[in-house]
Amino acid sequence: MSQLWIFRDFDKCSGCRLCEIACSLRHEGVVWPEASRITVLEFAPGIAIPHTCVQCYDYPCVKACPTNALYVDGKTGAVLVDTGRCTLCGACVRVCPARVPKVVKGRNYVLICDLCGGEPECVKACKEAGFNALELVPKPEKAYVDPYITLPEVVASKLSSKVYKGFSKEVLGL
Amino acid sequence: MNGFWDKLLEVDLTSGSHREVKVSPTIFRKFLGGRGLAAWLLWSELGSKWESVDPLGPENMLLILTGPLTGYYPGIKLIVSGKSPQTNGVVGSAVSSEIAVEIKAAGYDGIVIKGSSKDPVYLYVHDDKVEVRDASKLWGKTGIELLKMLRDDVRVNYDLEGVKSIPPALYIGPAGENLVRTAPVNAKWTHGAGYGGYGAVMGSKKLKAVVVRGSGPLPKVANLEEFVKLRNELIRLIPSKNYWFKFWGTPSEYYFAGNRKSSEPIRNWQEEWHKNIEYSHHDLETKVWVRRYWSDWGCPLSCMKVSIVDIDGNYYLTDGPDYEMGAYLGSNLGIFNVKEFTALSAIADNLGLCGIQTGNVVGFAFELYEKGVLTREDVGYELRWGDFKAASKLLEDIAYRRGIGKVLAEGTYRAALKIAEMKGLKPEEVLKYAVQAKGIGIGAHGIRSKADYPQPIAYVCSVQGGDHTSVAGLPINTIESESWKAFFDSAVVCWFNLFNIPEDTVVKFLNVVTGWGMCKDELYKELGPRILTLQRVLLLLGGPDVYWDPRVHDDNPPRFYEPLPSGPYKGKAGDREEVKKLKVQYFSELGWDELGIPTKETLSRLGLTELEPAVERVRKRLGI
Repeated sequence: MSQLWIFRDFDKCSGCRLCEIACSLRHEGVVWPEASRITVLEFAPGIAIPHTCVQCYDYPCVKACPTNALYVDGKTGAVLVDTGRCTLCGACVRVCPARVPKVVKGRNYVLICDLCGGEPECVKACKEAGFNALELVPKPEKAYVDPYITLPEVVASKLSSKVYKGFSKEVLGL
Repeated sequence: MNGFWDKLLEVDLTSGSHREVKVSPTIFRKFLGGRGLAAWLLWSELGSKWESVDPLGPENMLLILTGPLTGYYPGIKLIVSGKSPQTNGVVGSAVSSEIAVEIKAAGYDGIVIKGSSKDPVYLYVHDDKVEVRDASKLWGKTGIELLKMLRDDVRVNYDLEGVKSIPPALYIGPAGENLVRTAPVNAKWTHGAGYGGYGAVMGSKKLKAVVVRGSGPLPKVANLEEFVKLRNELIRLIPSKNYWFKFWGTPSEYYFAGNRKSSEPIRNWQEEWHKNIEYSHHDLETKVWVRRYWSDWGCPLSCMKVSIVDIDGNYYLTDGPDYEMGAYLGSNLGIFNVKEFTALSAIADNLGLCGIQTGNVVGFAFELYEKGVLTREDVGYELRWGDFKAASKLLEDIAYRRGIGKVLAEGTYRAALKIAEMKGLKPEEVLKYAVQAKGIGIGAHGIRSKADYPQPIAYVCSVQGGDHTSVAGLPINTIESESWKAFFDSAVVCWFNLFNIPEDTVVKFLNVVTGWGMCKDELYKELGPRILTLQRVLLLLGGPDVYWDPRVHDDNPPRFYEPLPSGPYKGKAGDREEVKKLKVQYFSELGWDELGIPTKETLSRLGLTELEPAVERVRKRLGI
């Protein structure tokens, strides 16, 4: 089996956050949006960016971790966190071009998407609700993945120019 | 307690201080949260002097409350309340925004704002960090501009924390700052808690915005396994049972309510029927919507649509517009062009005006102009049905209280009284054009055809006047009753996510979250009537500028007794005898007397004996 990947269709995301709720229920057993490993940022009406780990081929976060708390799940390709080793030093956050690892009050280790061991709850929730903005696919080649390694503001700005055209700057300020 | 923190954040803007206030679990069990809790908090704090409390004075409280279903049940709502500058009673005003979840995630069931600031401020809450911040640079800003400035002000530091959501805000536009009584408390770009007029309350406190960031989890639920199971079922069920919401949202009503049900306001309700097929969801989807699916937090239904139009090189952005906005800023003003009323909706959003209440008062003004009561000298320009430019100018004049806008900014009821005085007319000569109930312009669902959901007593008996989301009706132990609306506004959950879902399922969900053993019977026999009884007494206390007399004001607006002039229901009109009969029956089934005054036995049965002196005050004022 090949490794996995969550494809995000930015044109389809409604900004509903059902993915965040499903993620936190799965990982934390409560509704806890801040602790969700996928984060939706709504910059303007219709410009909602689901932001999560894209499993870079070179895994800079894993390389940067001074305590070897991060490692790759060979089966899925997800970055896993050894919660006992993580010191919350923040090296992985700063080295990640998309600033994906989350530092959250109440947890003494970083939170990163673990692909739910191969069956991501966020994807299921998005499908159940009929939006299909998230799709589970075999991990594409590096050249397909690389353009997605970016901050949500960058995606929002491009998407907004497409949707709002000349009005984009006025609405979004980006 | 499961589902609650039992804790409110109280902020005093006069002193700039804040504290946490404990709320006993028994209060939540009696009033749930949201609207019920608002009525109870207001009664406890201000009840003994209610009549003298100026809704726009520092004594009033602004309440921002969640409920036990907020953040758990699919969809999202928040309740904004206080003493209403429209009804002088209590309105539970609902708005959709993720800020409801942020409040809970910050560790509170709600926020209580007291006093008033000397200078413009905004409130920033990040968990237990509470700051009253200077808002002098934000004061005067309109919606879109303000949201951009706020976003920059409260930006999360990605380098330290990783990427997180953008902290959401509640805010007012220029209308709220100028104490316009039709100003909502806004959320996101296009939402407003409109009924009640709490934007003016916020403006009176010099409070421009409230931003909340919650980092923690929501309170634990009583039965996690059942909760997840039931929630997943509902996420499948809700959109499948209400698919039209997903496709078209409430704009599907433009043509359906007007053409099929004859219940749509047209030219200040002079008609309720039309056959304009271009005034429909189909023209919106082909001419206006740039994105079909735009959801609020946790909502599988996605009734919002992103709309952008370009008129003469000006761009306008809004949602939908949803049916109420379209009807009130479209057909009610004789405007059937989808681009034009979409633009008006965007203008209202941006100025911080409620589209329903403002569309109601603007339609009223247009008709007064048509009938010659208002003239060009009064207004400064012509008010002709269908004139987009005149309508947009009047919206601005209202928001900034310029010229005739200063009078119309008081809302339809108060404006009618002022115009009568200005013109030396008897109040009823102007009030006959005012389509409102107890200071609230009636929502865009008429009663004359009897083909839409509101019953003849829908607005007559509602404790929230013309609020179309809180209509009264019979049978009393069903969703027709206002008890059901008091329930969902107190559990604080979106009405649309309850459509075609049995009450038993919703009550079961509440029990799964809270661990209570509530049953449907309790909802209709105790909980609902308790909240309605408290709201009714505060409504009848009223004051200081306006009081209600059940013998006069528990009635439909005069227009609803005029026969429909066109369409398949031509000739149908409200029937005074029928209204009187149903009203007395409805009151009696709630345990109120024939004037809608709760009896001693009812107060005792509902655990509200402390209201007895207040009821006496009402009787004394009415001389009964």
